[in-house]
Amino acid sequence: MEPLLKGLLGNDIITYVIMAFVPLLWVVPYALFAVWLERKVSAHMQDRLGPMRVGGWHGWAQTIADILKLIQKEDIVPAAADKKLHFLAPFVVFIGSYAAFATIPFSSAYVGSNLNIGLFYIVAVSSLVVVGILMAGWGSNNKWSLFGAIRSAAQIISYEIPTALALLVAVMLTGSLSLQEITKYQDGGMQNWILFGGPASLPGKFLLMPFTFVSFIILFVASLAETNRTPFDIPEAESELVAGYHTEYSGMKFALFFLAEYANMFAVSAIAATLFLGGWTSPFGSFLGGPIWGVFWFLSKGMFFVFVQMWLRWTLPRMRVDQLMYISWKVLTPWAFACVLGVGFYLVM
Amino acid sequence: MTPLEITDRLKAKLGDKVVDAKIDGVPDPFVKIAPGAILDAALLLRNDAEMEFDFLMCLSGVDNGKGILGVVYHLYSMTNRHKITVKIDIPVAEPAVPSVSSVWAGADWHEREAFDMFGMTFTGHPDHRRILLPEDYPGHPLRKDFKVPEFYQGMKVPY
Amino acid sequence: MNDLLTHPLKTSTGRTIRSEEMIINMGPQHPSTHGVLRLEIVVDGEIVVDVIPHVGYLHRCFEKHCESMTNYQQVIPYCDRLDYIASMNMDWAYCLAAEKLLAIQVPERVQYIRVIMAELQRIASHLIALGTYGLDVGAFTPFLFMFRDRERILDLFEMTCGARLLYNYIWIGGVSHDLPPGFVDKAKAFCKYFRPNIKEFNDLLTYNEIFIKRTANVGVLPKDVAIAYACSGPMLRGSGVSFDLRKDDPYSIYDRFEWSVPVGKGEVGTIGDCWDRYMVRMREMTESLNILEQALAQIPDGDVASAIPKRIRPNAGDAYVRSESPRGEIGFYIVSDGSGTPYRVKARSPAFVNLSVTPEICRGSMIADLVAIVGSVDIVLGEVDR
Repeated sequence: MEPLLKGLLGNDIITYVIMAFVPLLWVVPYALFAVWLERKVSAHMQDRLGPMRVGGWHGWAQTIADILKLIQKEDIVPAAADKKLHFLAPFVVFIGSYAAFATIPFSSAYVGSNLNIGLFYIVAVSSLVVVGILMAGWGSNNKWSLFGAIRSAAQIISYEIPTALALLVAVMLTGSLSLQEITKYQDGGMQNWILFGGPASLPGKFLLMPFTFVSFIILFVASLAETNRTPFDIPEAESELVAGYHTEYSGMKFALFFLAEYANMFAVSAIAATLFLGGWTSPFGSFLGGPIWGVFWFLSKGMFFVFVQMWLRWTLPRMRVDQLMYISWKVLTPWAFACVLGVGFYLVM
Repeated sequence: MTPLEITDRLKAKLGDKVVDAKIDGVPDPFVKIAPGAILDAALLLRNDAEMEFDFLMCLSGVDNGKGILGVVYHLYSMTNRHKITVKIDIPVAEPAVPSVSSVWAGADWHEREAFDMFGMTFTGHPDHRRILLPEDYPGHPLRKDFKVPEFYQGMKVPY
Repeated sequence: MNDLLTHPLKTSTGRTIRSEEMIINMGPQHPSTHGVLRLEIVVDGEIVVDVIPHVGYLHRCFEKHCESMTNYQQVIPYCDRLDYIASMNMDWAYCLAAEKLLAIQVPERVQYIRVIMAELQRIASHLIALGTYGLDVGAFTPFLFMFRDRERILDLFEMTCGARLLYNYIWIGGVSHDLPPGFVDKAKAFCKYFRPNIKEFNDLLTYNEIFIKRTANVGVLPKDVAIAYACSGPMLRGSGVSFDLRKDDPYSIYDRFEWSVPVGKGEVGTIGDCWDRYMVRMREMTESLNILEQALAQIPDGDVASAIPKRIRPNAGDAYVRSESPRGEIGFYIVSDGSGTPYRVKARSPAFVNLSVTPEICRGSMIADLVAIVGSVDIVLGEVDR
């Protein structure tokens, strides 16, 4: 898409601006839809219907109405807040999660920036979210918010390690940090997904499969924690910390936090899908392949994991801080190391 | 133990500190004790092997009128499964009672409530504050001579 | 955990890094204090060093109101509002005390109706307690499942007396209306419908690994502390004391039914932890169903209004009567001076007494545990503050 646009417009800067806006075309409608979906999913899991009135069919316009409400709301800043940090925090959080979309390939034809260190970039840039959350917690000048922020920082930093190690498994197999390359490596159908050992020979697949499977699960669990979703939602644990770091936010700034959370949910789902489930490649080889179908496959795989995240949220209780740390340091990290080691041995042999 | 046995035992141990006792003709048999002796009586009631009243069901303040306040202790024994009511009368002029919260920990909040509502002070209470009403509330509303103030902190009290 | 306080950290230049405890306010407006309870908590990081509960935000002068009524009957609507999620039990407790003062016997049918209502109410109340407990530890879904079933009980109540929350149904000497036609069948159908659902709740929440991790060994209330603080109800039984007033100090006709008293056994942790208290409530619902089914099968025909006195003037005297509400021992101490209005009414509310033990069992736990502990005490602020 990039060369095409360049040829069409003849201007690099406009091209990059347009390229940067493309994911937004997906993220914003997606967030509106995902909020609605979350309400419907939770409602149907809980034996009720959820929003049914706004817009007619199954309350499809509910989130749009909510956003309109949030835009009109007064922006309340606590008198004792650190005004600058309080103002900046939601933007930093959203930028952090949106920037991750830059190197995620939506299809064979579109990736915001085909960096050769794409994965590394994602890991780095998504840490920006922590900074935003800390700013929000500190800037609100509210003890509960501060608790949420501190918890969040501890949690996200702890879970970066198993995440990065699990990502490393895919990187070792493909030998590339570019997400486009990793996706192409898995082209050719379901059997080539890294989840099932990648396009190796049959005995090799069986040797690899336990490691890739485990690292995929580690990646998914850790990404739940990185997006602050239940059962790891302790930074915004409603029953403990009121609303955690965004207690003192209202109106549009609150909406930005919300948008960032949902964008993040999709980002981590997309990364999991790209690394282990073949990204935009068709699960049936060349059947239904190609760039247009690629978008479809990529989005469906991502949305599937978004749905799983919702499903977990409405099923499980919340962990406690120490248990959360225990899982990260004593369960996920050692297992992730074992996976890296196992795959490493395989590759050496 | 029957209430009669309990009162007899109390009389034997406490002597003339037992002011009054009524077993028959009342819904709940009770013993009335001199206010100063309540802590001794409480310890006796709890520690005596045959009585062993380890469960303070209820502690209520009462305004008996004519300048007399009262505290009523409803006791139960989890081991022996018997009950007794202990009452004390205190003059409103000098409403001090020894606290029994060291004997039954559950008396803590009940005593604070009785203080809040009736204004008797429980000497030796670990945390002698009002509990239900605001710290600065004037007076003790469950006393029969209590008049609802017209203003509270400058706000008019309705009706 | 207090290492930082006893051995302060030093910077590279030898300066001491200041670390101190933080005081935070939980409530009166907080999602998990179940009303307007305020907890002043002293924390060292995430560790709770001390808890000071402040109650009284919902004080409505119940006792003062009782003294200024024109007769005994008028107190009952106020009793409804004490424990507003178990109003039937509150009404019944007050009526028991008044009936003891008046020394009247209520008809057989009334006894049965009262037992049926009280047990239905107990299930409804426990459903709220367990559901909101799920909310406290972060599980949202069980809450709505339980509300779905509670709704059916409220429908039964609505059918009986027209109200869904504050019933004013049990009167001194009787009940306000006889059961409507078809009630017994509907109640039986409810029992049949509800019994399998308890298993569903267990599958969904009780034996969930995370739920057990969050509640086992948390907020352990030892037996002797529970008795010293006069805790009652599931709080006491969760600590392993088999004490239920319906069994051990029977009132009304509870001695006619066959059922057992569930106690905490420390199945997944220590005896007296939050999970035990939770589980006692869960099992009590089954026992209540047992009582209900027997009562519905045995209920005789008869008159319900014959014993309602026209004019209530008890002799001078006082009576303390206790009964088992879903939260524990609800006692009413009524002093009569021989006139038509109560001279003094004291409600010994179980939640008030149970709450007073929380500082004792919260120390040293984490903030998340504090929420779990307060939830497991199952307080209703209407009753704590009266």
